[in-house]
Amino acid sequence: MKKVQDFKVLEYNWLNEDNYVLTLIGEEEIPEIKAGNFAEIQVPDISDVFLRRPISVLDVDYEKKTLSFYIKAIGKGTRKLGQLSVGQKVNIIYPLGNHFSIHNEKKVLIIGGGSGIAPFVMLGRELKSKNIDVTFLMGGRTKNDIFLTDEFSKYGKVEVTTEDGSRGEKGMVTHHSLFKGDFDYNKVYTCGPDPMMKAVSKIAEAKGILCEASLENMMACGIGACLCCVTPTHDGNKIVCTEGPVFNTKELAW
Amino acid sequence: MVDLRVQIGGGLELKNPVTTASGTFGFGQEFTDFIDLNELGGIFVKGLTLKLRQGNDYPRMAETPSGMLNAVGLQNKGIDYFIETTYPEIKNYKTEIFPNINGSVVEDYIAVAEKVNEIEGINALELNISCPNVKEGGMAFGVSCPSAIAVTEAVRKAYDGVIIVKLSPNVTDITEIAKGVEGAGANAVSLVNTFLGMAIDAKTRKPILSTITGGLSGPAIKPIALRMVWQVYNAIKIPIVGMGGIMNAEDAIEFMLAGSAAIQVGTANFIDPQISIKILKGIEEYCKDNNISAVRDLIGAMEV
Repeated sequence: MKKVQDFKVLEYNWLNEDNYVLTLIGEEEIPEIKAGNFAEIQVPDISDVFLRRPISVLDVDYEKKTLSFYIKAIGKGTRKLGQLSVGQKVNIIYPLGNHFSIHNEKKVLIIGGGSGIAPFVMLGRELKSKNIDVTFLMGGRTKNDIFLTDEFSKYGKVEVTTEDGSRGEKGMVTHHSLFKGDFDYNKVYTCGPDPMMKAVSKIAEAKGILCEASLENMMACGIGACLCCVTPTHDGNKIVCTEGPVFNTKELAW
Repeated sequence: MVDLRVQIGGGLELKNPVTTASGTFGFGQEFTDFIDLNELGGIFVKGLTLKLRQGNDYPRMAETPSGMLNAVGLQNKGIDYFIETTYPEIKNYKTEIFPNINGSVVEDYIAVAEKVNEIEGINALELNISCPNVKEGGMAFGVSCPSAIAVTEAVRKAYDGVIIVKLSPNVTDITEIAKGVEGAGANAVSLVNTFLGMAIDAKTRKPILSTITGGLSGPAIKPIALRMVWQVYNAIKIPIVGMGGIMNAEDAIEFMLAGSAAIQVGTANFIDPQISIKILKGIEEYCKDNNISAVRDLIGAMEV
C-alpha cells in the first residue's frame, strides 16, 4: 500500500560536490520496499519547485525506520534536497512503481550509469542472498562519475568503464571486454540514461537474454493519475510510474 | 453542523462542494490508498472519447513557475472500456461520478453522450469543449460561440441528465461562450480548463513538450481563473463549478465567493494526494469559524 508520510532528515553523505546520499527517518512502520521502487519527494522551502521529485530508493532499514536516496544535484529540486537541515521535515509518497524481478537466474549482469545506479544496491543484495552470481558494470564520463562501487562490491564483481579512461576500461559500458569473450549471463538489469539503456537492451536481445530496464521519465504525480510519464510500447503508451518504471525491454518501442 | 450540500444545476445536489478535476485524479482508484473517495462531493473522471486514444508523445509535461504545462492529449481506453470495466469498479462509492466526454467531431460527442445516457447511476456528464492538447476538436469547439452552442445543443438532444460544459479560458470573452451554452441547454458550466502555454529549453533551443504548446495549470493561473468565474457568475443564471489552481481551502472559498457552486481540485492532487479531503475539512472549519450554517451561502458572496 502506498502512503504519504512525513520523514525527517537524518543525515547526508556527500560523495562529491554534487552527488549525495540523503537518509530520512520516520516514525511509522515502513512498508515493504523492493529494488526499483521509488518515492515522490516534496522539496521543502522552495517556491520555484512546484512538483515533487521522483527518486529511486537506495536502501531501507525497517528497524531503524530509515530510507535513503542517492541523488545527483542536476536541477533546482535535487540541489535543494541537498541543502536541508538535519531534523527538517520532508514529505514523501512511497513506495511507488514496480520493481526488478528475480526468477531462476544463475548469473546476471547489472549495468548502471548516472543516477540510475540507485536501485542496484538493494537488487544486488537480494540477488546475492539467492546465491545468484552478480557482476556490476558501471559507466561514466570520468572516474568522478562512478559512485557506490564499495557498496556494490559486497554483492558481486564490479567492472567500470569511463569515456576518458580515467577508471576501468576506456569507452562506453557496451564496449566493455566482458561482452567480447564467453558471455554466459542469463539476464541483464539496467538503469541510466536512455541511450545507454537502449544500447544495452540491443546487446541483450542479440544474445537472446532477458533485459529489464528502469526508465527515468519525467513525472508529475507518480501514482498514475496525470499520464505525463508515458513510454511507447508495442502495446501502446504505458504509464512509467505505475506500469513501470521497470520494463522488459522487449516490450518497449523506443 | 455545517450544511455542506450544494446544487449544481438540473436538480443535482452534491453532498459537498469539493470535487476533483478531470485528468488530475484518474478514475479515483489511483487515490484509494490515500483518501476515502466516499467523502468527496464528486469525481470528474479522466476524459473519455469514443475510441481508445494513445494521447500525445512523451514529453508531455513541463514544470513552470507555480504550475505546470501538460500535453497528455486525452489518452484513454475509450467509453466502452469505461462502461464495461472501470465504472463497475467505482460505481459503489458514495460520491457523484462525472464522465468527462470529448470528441473530434460533433458526432463523436453525440455517440459518447448516448452511451453515457445508458449508464445506470450516472446523473451528469462534463462536456469538454476545451482540451487544448488534441489536434482535432477539443478546444476548437470551445473557442467560438457558434461551435460551442452547436455541440451543446447536439449533446443536449442525446443526453437526458445534467450537462456541465467545461469552458476554455483561451477566448476573448468567456461570458459570451457561457451565455451561448446556457442558451443551448447546459445545466451548469465548469471553468476554467488550462491556459494554452509553452516552454522552451534555452540550452537545446527545443520545445520541452512534444506538442510544443500545452495546457498551463496550477496556482499560476488562479487569479485569472477567479476573475473569469466572477465574470461568468455575473453573466449567467446556471451554476458554476469553479477551478484553476486551487491548492488549499482558502483558494476554494475564494472560488465560491466569486460565484462557484462547487469547485474542482486539479493539479494540487499531483502534489498532495490527500489535498481534496483537506480542502473539504478546511471549508467546513471556515464555515464553523464564521458562523456560516450552510456552505451554499458562500456562493457569489464576495462583498464589494
